[in-house]
Amino acid sequence: MAAAGYAANLAGPAVVPRSEPYVEAPVRAFAIATVFWGVAGFLVGVLIASQLAWPLLNLDLEWTTFGRLRPVHTSAVIFAFGGNALICTSLYVVQRTCRARLFGGDQMGWFLFWGYQFFIVAAALGYVFGVTQGKEYAEPEWFVDLWLTVVWVHYLVAFGGTILKREEPHIYVANWFYLAFIVTVAMLHIVNNLALPVTLGHAKSYGLASGVQDAMIQWWYGHNAVGFFLTAGFLGMMYYFIPKQADRPVYSYRLSIVHFWSLIFLYIWAGPHHLHYTALPDWAQTLGMVFSVMLWMPSWGGMINGLMTLSGAWDKLRTDPGLRFSVTAVGFYGMSTFEGPVMSIKAVNGLSHYTDWTIGHVHSGAMGWVGFITFGALYWLFPKLWNKRALYSQKLVSWHFWIATMGIVLYITAMWVSGILQGLMWRAYDELGFLQYAFIESVAAMHPYYVIRMMGGVLYLTGALIMVFNLWMTVTRTEAADALPVPAQGGAAPIPAPAE
Amino acid sequence: MPTKIEKDSLTGQETTGHEWDGLKELNTPLPKWWLYTFYACIAFAAVWVVIYPAFPFQGATGLSGWIAREAVVEQQQAAQARMAPMMDRVREATPEQIAADPELRAFAVAGGRIAFANNCAACHGAGGQGAVGGFPSLADDEWIWGGTHDAIRATITHGIRAGESEEERVSMMPRFLADGVLTAAQVGDVAEHVLSLSGRATDAASAARGVELFAENCAACHGERGEGNRDVGAPNLSDRIWLYGGEKRDIMRSVSYSRGGVMPAWGPRLDPAVVNMLTIYVHALGGGEN
Repeated sequence: MAAAGYAANLAGPAVVPRSEPYVEAPVRAFAIATVFWGVAGFLVGVLIASQLAWPLLNLDLEWTTFGRLRPVHTSAVIFAFGGNALICTSLYVVQRTCRARLFGGDQMGWFLFWGYQFFIVAAALGYVFGVTQGKEYAEPEWFVDLWLTVVWVHYLVAFGGTILKREEPHIYVANWFYLAFIVTVAMLHIVNNLALPVTLGHAKSYGLASGVQDAMIQWWYGHNAVGFFLTAGFLGMMYYFIPKQADRPVYSYRLSIVHFWSLIFLYIWAGPHHLHYTALPDWAQTLGMVFSVMLWMPSWGGMINGLMTLSGAWDKLRTDPGLRFSVTAVGFYGMSTFEGPVMSIKAVNGLSHYTDWTIGHVHSGAMGWVGFITFGALYWLFPKLWNKRALYSQKLVSWHFWIATMGIVLYITAMWVSGILQGLMWRAYDELGFLQYAFIESVAAMHPYYVIRMMGGVLYLTGALIMVFNLWMTVTRTEAADALPVPAQGGAAPIPAPAE
Repeated sequence: MPTKIEKDSLTGQETTGHEWDGLKELNTPLPKWWLYTFYACIAFAAVWVVIYPAFPFQGATGLSGWIAREAVVEQQQAAQARMAPMMDRVREATPEQIAADPELRAFAVAGGRIAFANNCAACHGAGGQGAVGGFPSLADDEWIWGGTHDAIRATITHGIRAGESEEERVSMMPRFLADGVLTAAQVGDVAEHVLSLSGRATDAASAARGVELFAENCAACHGERGEGNRDVGAPNLSDRIWLYGGEKRDIMRSVSYSRGGVMPAWGPRLDPAVVNMLTIYVHALGGGEN
């Protein structure tokens, strides 16, 4: 079955060898890094989830306390796993949909790869040793920020340069989203990290903004890290891999245009909803809320285009568990992007804010959407990148899918229940007018949900380890000799001629 | 690449005529329900920004006149007003008067419970059971500074050795080893004697040598038989209740270096009515004296 699908893909456009093959080795490295950091991020997640349930597991060492490891987990999943997945797929996709070799060639690819891995390691070491600027999702100190800026500008040049020298007259929709992600993340990163080092030889720095301005800039950054890193970037991934897996045209070009521009325009204003009922002026809170509500349909435009692309190909869900990942990802995307606007409404936020509900929301997005769309892409990419006819085992993909899905369901339902319980306990008053519960009582009440959440994490991690085994076997085993017309050298695929 | 519009046989929609790496796009119109829901959200936003503050000008409050800060102040005042009659009575009464009035007492125990959980439980434990390391149990009848209503209220109000109130509880045990008053061997003998006060000595000779040392150095505060003295906050040493652990090495450490635990003054932090409620609650935990 998979073999037939692969053959069909190969049979698509006529293959015309060209002098300049696509850059592939760095893309393969990014694919491996995606898997590696994914497992690392999930593992730390399981550890800190266990620490919440059993605080003794912080080992009473400063380096292994929840406060130090939590940013290791979030950054490992978002920037290391997600970031490597985005760079990997974007470099793969932009070359093929532009029919152009990566601008800057192999050297550029390798610089991006090692530069980005160096950023990840430097950031993580800083977290563990307590060298951070204490801004959520922007923890690295100034010198690490500067390095990331250098790498990211190269990424923009490589991606933009490839688009500029494209041999297709039009720019494919996936590339709009990737480009929006790259440009906006550059802007967010630079503005939110404007800071003055204590001295040039000192690791610490003072942020340029202070007080509520700093808070607003931080959450303008933080929300758009969600909007442009975790949404726009991964929509780019979706727009390439779902039509490929389903072997169907994208449902609606018009919808893709309208939801792209409305998403880009509206997302950037929604940040203030992270600061409801704070010192942030009322007018900014109101705008944050209404822009979040308006964001609902632009977000769902991507979901519709993802799901409806399957019309006529739904039967493939039975036979292609990789596609099952991608489609379920779009389902979680739709759920999260409905939940988000709901939680931005001030009355709802009054209950949900500062509770585990927020954590559950983030994880339905990160595990369900970002994780699953990436798994789907990886299962599609690995055989292509290593010139294999098919994955080692479709059955193991299926196991990964069901185990990880159960993990997500355990995780997010536990967090819904515990979050709403927290919110209700905090606001409960007795008939005399006193608080019904002390804060510590609400903490104690969380214990069973923290255990369930940890078990959800263990399942998710187990699924990822199954994937590692499956991908490892896919790459390393030898297939039958008659499998494929393998390209001559090192898997550098020839650039196909246009279909017409 | 020339544009080549095709018809998709499954849906009947036309493609845009472009192709990238084998990928095509249909030119399906926007789903109507999607478009109208989007319009509805925009309309909701347009109405909402007229009703609620949405413009960065002084006094631009929106038609409703709603201001977050005023709303929360109103809610707080309303909540305080509902509780005011009882809170006023609790504030003005003495703890004895509160304890004697069933209605006031029930109110004070309910309010004291939550105030204790949010302010005191971090050190003294959720049920006031205390913890080894200098956090005395408040649920037994062993009191360092006194267990009457007045004594408890004074401790809560002014704190212990925190330097926050002129009327705080203060006393300082000497550091007998560190200041060269006793030798290490003598500290061991004193500790053996202290253990003997509660019948736990294991070295009779050492304990005997400690008798005189204890009488000279410790009895002035802790009493001849180690029964303690609440006037100077000297704990009872004969009841097998230990603030910092009852092993010989714990006692030697206390004698050698002193301890001097600290409790903040809550008078400047809490409403006097809350201090009264805490007094009633702590008194009622099990060891209150009259």
